[in-house]
Amino acid sequence: MANALSQQTQIGDALSQKNRMRLGRLFIYGPLGVMAILYLMPLWVMVVTSLKPLDEIYGGSFIGLPQTVTLDAWRAAWSQACIGTECTGLKPYFVNSLLMVIPAVVLSTAIGAINGYILTKWRFPGANFVFGLLLFGCFLPYQAILIPMARTLGLLGLAGSIPGLIFVHVAYGICFTTLFFRNYFVSLPDELTKAAMVDGAGFFRIFWSVILPTSIPIIVVSCIWQFTQIWNDFLFGVSFTSGGNSPITVALNNIVNVTTGRKQYNVDMAAAMIAAIPTLLVYIVAGRYFVRGLTAGAVKG
Amino acid sequence: MSTLEIDRVRKTYGNLEVLKEVSISIGTGDFLVLLGPSGCGKSTLLNMIAGLENISGGEVRIAGKVVNELSPKDRDIAMVFQSYALYPTMTVRQNIEFGMKIRGIPPAHREKAVRAAADLLQIAHLLDRKPSQLSGGQRQRVAMGRAIVRQPKLFLFDEPLSNLDAKLRVDMRTEIKRLHARLGTTIVYVTHDQIEAMTLATRVAVMKGGVVQQLDEPQTVYDRPANVYVARFVGSPSMNIIPGKIEIEGGSATAVIEVANRQAARIPGINLSSQAASKYANGKVLIGIRPEMFSVGNGQTQGAISVDVDVVEPTGPDTLAVFQLGGVEVTARLPPKQVSARTSATLAVETSKVVLFDPDSEKLIN
Amino acid sequence: MNAAKSFSSRLAGWLPRIVVAPSLLVVIVTVYLFILWTGVISFTSSKFVPIYDFVGLEQFVRLWATPRWHTAVANLFIFSALFLLLSTGIGLLMAILLDQNIRSEGFLRAVYLYPMALSFIVTGTAWKWILNPGLGIQKVVNEFGWTDFRFDWITDPKMAIYTVVIAGVWQSSGFAMAIFLAGLRGIDNSVIKAAQIEGASLPLIYRQIIIPMLRPAMLSVIVLLSYIAIKSFDLVLALTNGGPGSATELPSTFMFSATFRRNQMGVGAASAIMMLMTVAAIIIPYLYSELRERNNG
Repeated sequence: MANALSQQTQIGDALSQKNRMRLGRLFIYGPLGVMAILYLMPLWVMVVTSLKPLDEIYGGSFIGLPQTVTLDAWRAAWSQACIGTECTGLKPYFVNSLLMVIPAVVLSTAIGAINGYILTKWRFPGANFVFGLLLFGCFLPYQAILIPMARTLGLLGLAGSIPGLIFVHVAYGICFTTLFFRNYFVSLPDELTKAAMVDGAGFFRIFWSVILPTSIPIIVVSCIWQFTQIWNDFLFGVSFTSGGNSPITVALNNIVNVTTGRKQYNVDMAAAMIAAIPTLLVYIVAGRYFVRGLTAGAVKG
Repeated sequence: MSTLEIDRVRKTYGNLEVLKEVSISIGTGDFLVLLGPSGCGKSTLLNMIAGLENISGGEVRIAGKVVNELSPKDRDIAMVFQSYALYPTMTVRQNIEFGMKIRGIPPAHREKAVRAAADLLQIAHLLDRKPSQLSGGQRQRVAMGRAIVRQPKLFLFDEPLSNLDAKLRVDMRTEIKRLHARLGTTIVYVTHDQIEAMTLATRVAVMKGGVVQQLDEPQTVYDRPANVYVARFVGSPSMNIIPGKIEIEGGSATAVIEVANRQAARIPGINLSSQAASKYANGKVLIGIRPEMFSVGNGQTQGAISVDVDVVEPTGPDTLAVFQLGGVEVTARLPPKQVSARTSATLAVETSKVVLFDPDSEKLIN
Repeated sequence: MNAAKSFSSRLAGWLPRIVVAPSLLVVIVTVYLFILWTGVISFTSSKFVPIYDFVGLEQFVRLWATPRWHTAVANLFIFSALFLLLSTGIGLLMAILLDQNIRSEGFLRAVYLYPMALSFIVTGTAWKWILNPGLGIQKVVNEFGWTDFRFDWITDPKMAIYTVVIAGVWQSSGFAMAIFLAGLRGIDNSVIKAAQIEGASLPLIYRQIIIPMLRPAMLSVIVLLSYIAIKSFDLVLALTNGGPGSATELPSTFMFSATFRRNQMGVGAASAIMMLMTVAAIIIPYLYSELRERNNG
């Protein structure tokens, strides 16, 4: 009897514990779910707005699905919308951004890789100081260099041009890429370089045959980070380019800030989506590496 | 011909002197072990022989040729590292032939050399694997394969076994010994493990604080340690160093050790030169007795001492008995089940092997 | 022969320094020399183009006498304080919740973090539309029956800065979450088990043990978010364009418009120097402590 009773209370305990667990889970999943909806809402609004005809938008549909789906706004944003006086759509600016981002990413990653290699495997007196100098460059408020950079680009004959913008992005990108590669190479054992030296390999041979093949993950991190940063940049674009040489972010801002006539919100949203898609794609495909880039400078391994 | 001479070599980092005029020379086929605790400068010395660190002073000569200014690749050496340092993205084959490839050796030649090395080390079936697919012992073999394939004048080993578990370490130790016997090359081997040093070396250099304490054959280092430091470092359990004094009775020396609440223990028949005998007569010394120099005796045994056994630690083949003698803790290695804890025992000492050290300089008294 | 060998080996010794030199040179020029240059300009009467006449602190005096700059500084304080508080709080909460062994953690993490992949211009454009009182959220809520609901902050000079906070937090709290989550994953589980065995409840364990152990991550989050706050520029430009009026002006937008729109290069340079000093005061001690700890560890 006593035995059965205790068994019963045990079952009761287990049940209530299970319920408590469920309640606890509710407190975990509830807020997480609400937050997820809040985070996805702007993207949702952008997408559905870009697919609606303008009349439907002015008719009061904001968050709901479009009654008639149309790609007109996307077409307009891509090839017809007016940026300043030119009504070419975002297409040429999208191309500008591509022309800028690809060389800038490749160059800054390559330079960062070799810098990181030197700062970890070929340490020379003052190497730490050099690293400190580069590191502060990551946290530079770019307003502090806008005026001299504008003057310098003018003197070099690069003012307002895409090569000029590439130069700017590489110069300040080196700071980040060097940080990435240095922190990665620090964890590779020094004995690896020593073994290669005893095997007869020199400075470049060790880099090329031994170090670089091991650094695919960090190369991906660096490329993604640089791609996102440079594609999304606005300050350098708006300060150092004008007219037809602008990157896409500048063009997008121009489209959106046009104040004449009936505001075409659906075109605005389509344009924003077009500007966002490359980095979103990269994020979806390689988000893991993107997060590593984000946290690289922040949390000690 | 592949001799190695280290001639008054120094290493300084700024004001910090890591190696102080180290001189060691070994002949062809010698197996030199640099033995010491971490931070004694042994790895630095090895790196300097390899050319991975600059030499601050003195000369290193390999096969009679000064190599101070040569880069590692021009010294005709090969090295095995503690972490093995296998190139992670290359297969075992590529790892082994990397050095030959850089030196422009034709593929057919390389393939033959890789085969030979792989057969010797029994890793032929692993040639197409990546290092990450190998066990610790296999990686160790590959690292050795990478070293022997080039047939260098000098092999350098930097604590190659310390990343292996205990069982594998013993196996690989035997393997290295066998390899040395077979190839007959000159080897410099760094370790902090005195058993590795004893088992492998033809010559041991015990180092401490950037100074070679003793350079000798392993058995000499064990039997006649140059100072108290070496005596304690080599051998496990380490040598008992007991304060006492020397009395000369009729031309023979007796070591006398004070024992609390008992008569002083007397160990007669100590080997001592007449010169030393006159210097230390009735003077203080440190008496060095290895644990295995004790044996169970009885009242009749000459020079037997009585002790109160504190703790016994059976190890299987024998039992360690711990007791107080001369104010220090002393360990004796005895046959099993001869003594028990918290009883008294009578122990005999193998007097001819007892060594004495000067109490001030801590150096061996001859 | 010997001399040649020592020359080539000496060259090999210098090779790393030679290879790193060009990028070092570029950084020294484009970071440090340019900062100095901006500093010099801030002491001149430059307007449209730099003129190198020394006028002392005149531009700084002018800067601090400009009401628009006062607005910008005040806004920076409001914005940074709220932005930091909310992003850190939300980020920490989400990280702790995500760390409870939940299902679909990867998906949720991706959702919270995707705004970081977007340009601030895109974020600004989207939120401008959402916050539009005529057609956005306000209208939706009104149509649901709550007709008195007003959410017109974006057109209200008093409240507009808070819309920048909302968009900023939306974009950056995922970043805080990622760093906190990395910090949580780095904590030794046995510490938590030990506390559980001693009978501590989960909230207590978090308050007393885990959150204090997140201090390094907290420091990183605060420093990096402060840096994001101070340099926030694109977000404001896209969301409110500094308006209504100059209600959402920040030092970064002030610097830009003074220099490139209002031909007050001297004042612009002076404001840039003020920004730089603020960032340096936060970042340099942080970098110093990070590097030192790394060297010790």
